[in-house]
Amino acid sequence: MRVTVQLFARLRELAGCSRCEIQVPDGSSVEDVWRALAERHPALGPFAGAVSCAVNTDFARMQTTVLDGDEVAFLPPVSGGSC
Amino acid sequence: MNVERFAIVSAPLSVEVLTAHIEREARDRGEGCGAVCAFVGVVRATHQARRVRALEYEAFAPLALKVFALIGREIETRWPAGDVAIHHRVGALQIGDTSVAIAAAAAHRAEAFQICRYAIERVKQVAPIWKHEFFEDGDAWVEGATADPADELARQTALERACA
Repeated sequence: MRVTVQLFARLRELAGCSRCEIQVPDGSSVEDVWRALAERHPALGPFAGAVSCAVNTDFARMQTTVLDGDEVAFLPPVSGGSC
Repeated sequence: MNVERFAIVSAPLSVEVLTAHIEREARDRGEGCGAVCAFVGVVRATHQARRVRALEYEAFAPLALKVFALIGREIETRWPAGDVAIHHRVGALQIGDTSVAIAAAAAHRAEAFQICRYAIERVKQVAPIWKHEFFEDGDAWVEGATADPADELARQTALERACA
């Protein structure tokens, strides 16, 4: 099945694209999508533990199962800093 | 004029529009509105001793709006008579430009200050918004927390800061 991946900020810059299509087997999780993405764009690898994710514009977990046609967004750490 | 409570916009922000809107919303609720507290985040000229030339904000707008609405619901639970409006800007900004405007309304000032502080703390923790700073000698994405609205510890931290 095929999902659309959306990337933002530094992830978008490192991958060189804001959207791409990823093929994953049926029953795949967000984490499987991430692995396939990081294989295609190795520069994303170091972010593995720091990204959050959304499926169809709702926050999700890396364990969330994705469906054909889903939009999966990977979000680098947000800008909230010192107070 | 129709004002959205929550917005991600590329046009300049007006905190006066937000404060007037939120006062009208809260006027007829409970004891009425006796205090409006505003927070205006502006583009600072330095970051960690480096001179900032300009910056850009990028947002995942549909999710950011859901996060603002979630923050609104958290505020409604903690301060039932209070209200909040949050507008964040995206795109290229100059030093001194308003990047975020928040207006909080309550019957009394103590709650208005708390709501306003809580709202900006939560925006910084959870909203999918990124700041790209351009310096005289390079650029950098500002990266803080991994956004997780279900992180109860982060929410408690925001509450403690708001109610300190």
